[in-house]
Amino acid sequence: MSAPLLEVEDLGKRFGGFVALEGIGLAVAPGERVGLIGPNGSGKSTLVNCLCGTLRNETGTVKFEGIELDGYSAHQRTRLGMARSFQLPRPFFSMNLADNLRIPLLYAVGARSGVHLTAAEIDARCTELLGLVGLSAKARRWPRDLTQVEMRKLELARAMAAEPKLLIADEAMAGLSHSEIDDILALLVRLNERGVTIVLIEHIMRAVMHFSQRLIVLVSGRKIADGAPQEVMQDPEVVRAYVGE
Amino acid sequence: MRFWIFLLVALALGAGVFFGARYLHNDYLFFAGYVVLEYLVLATAWNILGGYCGYVNFGTAAFFALGAYTSVAIHKFSPMPIPVLILLGGIVSGIVGLGMGYLTLRLRGAFFSIATLALAVVVQTLITNWDYVGGSRGAYVVRPATVPLVGSYIQYLFLVMLVLAILAVFAARMIERSWLGYGFASIRDDELAAEASGVPTLRLKLMATTLSGAFMGMAGAPLPYYVGYLDPASGFNLAYAVNSIAMPLVGGTTTWIGPVIGALLLGTVQQVATVTISSAVNLLIVGVVLVGFVMIAPNGIIGLIEARLRARSDR
Amino acid sequence: MDFPVELLANAIVAGLLLGGFYAAVTAGISIAFGILDIVNIAHPAFIILGSYIAYIVNANFGIDPILVSLIMLPAFYVLGGAVYQVYYASFERRGQEALRGLAFFFGLLFITEVGLVLVFGVDYRYVEAIYIGPTLRFSFIDLPLRMLIPCLVSLLMMLCLQLYLTRTFIGRAIMAVSQDQLALRLMAADPVRIKRIAFGISIATAAIAGAFLIVIQPVEPSVGREYIGRVFAICVLGGMGSLPGTVLAAILLGIVESITATFYGPSWAPAVSFGFLLLTLAFRPAGILGR
Repeated sequence: MSAPLLEVEDLGKRFGGFVALEGIGLAVAPGERVGLIGPNGSGKSTLVNCLCGTLRNETGTVKFEGIELDGYSAHQRTRLGMARSFQLPRPFFSMNLADNLRIPLLYAVGARSGVHLTAAEIDARCTELLGLVGLSAKARRWPRDLTQVEMRKLELARAMAAEPKLLIADEAMAGLSHSEIDDILALLVRLNERGVTIVLIEHIMRAVMHFSQRLIVLVSGRKIADGAPQEVMQDPEVVRAYVGE
Repeated sequence: MRFWIFLLVALALGAGVFFGARYLHNDYLFFAGYVVLEYLVLATAWNILGGYCGYVNFGTAAFFALGAYTSVAIHKFSPMPIPVLILLGGIVSGIVGLGMGYLTLRLRGAFFSIATLALAVVVQTLITNWDYVGGSRGAYVVRPATVPLVGSYIQYLFLVMLVLAILAVFAARMIERSWLGYGFASIRDDELAAEASGVPTLRLKLMATTLSGAFMGMAGAPLPYYVGYLDPASGFNLAYAVNSIAMPLVGGTTTWIGPVIGALLLGTVQQVATVTISSAVNLLIVGVVLVGFVMIAPNGIIGLIEARLRARSDR
Repeated sequence: MDFPVELLANAIVAGLLLGGFYAAVTAGISIAFGILDIVNIAHPAFIILGSYIAYIVNANFGIDPILVSLIMLPAFYVLGGAVYQVYYASFERRGQEALRGLAFFFGLLFITEVGLVLVFGVDYRYVEAIYIGPTLRFSFIDLPLRMLIPCLVSLLMMLCLQLYLTRTFIGRAIMAVSQDQLALRLMAADPVRIKRIAFGISIATAAIAGAFLIVIQPVEPSVGREYIGRVFAICVLGGMGSLPGTVLAAILLGIVESITATFYGPSWAPAVSFGFLLLTLAFRPAGILGR
């Protein structure tokens, strides 16, 4: 296995007396498709927030491409090449779709050393990304005009506009129909084929099993399994957590 | 390129206003026009933080008065030309804006607003207790009767404020259409998503408080020369805070033109009302208009016009 | 020179009494801002309104100002409910409470103040009552009745409010309304109705606080402004929405202000409370009793 892109060691986080995460260790290799699952309240979202710098972890380290991220704020991590999509889409409501993508292009891509995007290049990339997610026709529309699934696509497109090496997709498919889920899955696989490593946090088992090359399971803030999806699903501890005692 | 065309048009308009008023030979026009322009600068400055970033500043009067009192302090030491005072007043208020941002911008929006209210009182108390600038008794500033090239002093002050107003609007327009404007708008819409998109939200907000505060201070710097006598009650008048909020909200907060429309409209109405009715009534008008607009037309006059245009194009 | 022990002791006692009054002034904000998350910066204007009503009735009929405020409670409660309904329909429901909701209350503050100036002018108004004037003396400690009575009634009011919020069904629903929507739904309570009741109570406390204010000092329309920073300072210091915390923070601020006024002069007192607020916001936003 090549040097990991993302490496987490002994990560822990508490809220008051409540232990949200404890002793989490995991590694993600470049180009991998990893699924992260766990019951409600198992700490998935807290983990995402700690990885992306929205929350501060109390113990442990997060390394990205060998760089220790302690003290890096959320926007600095995005600039390094970690992007996320939010569980509930959070578009910039006062901007049209093209301008929504302009923000990461200006602030994440444009802030990297040696990169200078001209106005024409930015426009070209907005068009390209909207084409990739199938929203070209709505470039001049506002987010409030979008359907649920289009909103999810915009969310992914905005994360992709930051040109990440690692994309953390937080429940990108919750509340979507069968065919819409396939739509988003195909999109994620396409992004992965372009060389983006993807960590997918998801509830919908069919989607996770279909997508993931490796599966990580969180229960009550601890990692209880990590391995090939078929094997993990037969792990007695995982079965117990999902089926219930 | 288009920026320079805009600036030239604005300067031409300004020159038209100035020479038009001069042609009418009425000094009252200059006195009233000065106040309207002063509000135009304040409204534009408030909007950089309030309209673009979505952070409501109730402390306009503090930044404004800091500019004015910087002038008083320097005047006591040694009189200087007004453009220099404007620059210094802007620097002082800008620094205070930066400091206030550092103290409070990590907090939710409402706390920021309350902190600005508190700041206004702290600054007022400090000035009231500072004898060098007159303390609670106030300070007299003797202004020269005439100025070379321009003539009467009030015409000179009007001209200075006119140039400042053009600069402020020009700056606001430039910010709005640059990377900075996009960053500000992303903060207003969703700070968490902005951070995730690589926007350094804290640094941008500090830039906004500094810029906004600086322009407010600049607007206040010539005040002592305009009134001739400055005391804390007039420098820290709540009317400045109310107007600087009401004007952008009435005009529309997302573009540079909103505060301009709001200031020209409300400012002129108030000047007329002060003469024809009374100054207390004109303040009541501002309050009622503010409440009415935020309830009925949340996007201001610009929003009403846009809705009308969209309805027409959809038909 | 000897250390002025008597002066200090009197300053502390005066601060205690002042703090009791501040608790009444802040109670409404602790409910509106601390519990409901409604940034009602117009609250001091409602207090001044209460002062003027107490003044009018007192001047015309000679009724005790605090009694007047108790009679006015239902009217203020209805007024509060109406204001909340407008606020909800215009801002909260549309999700625009941040910028425009703040501007709305700022406008209300301004309209009330200017309206009072237009009707009553800027002269100071005061009330008459038997307890304005006499002072109890215990050796060298002064207890002016015009301070003592409001302080005691205020503490009684805070106790009633606390019992209401913790012991009754609606009170508990109010406490849950901002934090725990799920619990609220389980209680089968309509959040808008609960918030309307709570905001009504919040404004009702302004009637009482207004009567206290005009008992303690003569009032003119712009006096309310001095209280804006004070009430938010106390509310934040007290830990946002905790009534016991509010009382503690109010007394703390009262003592600090009183000592400042005694030893450095009254013109510095406002800077103390606002400076307190700025420092709290900067370094301990959860308040002294905060989580």
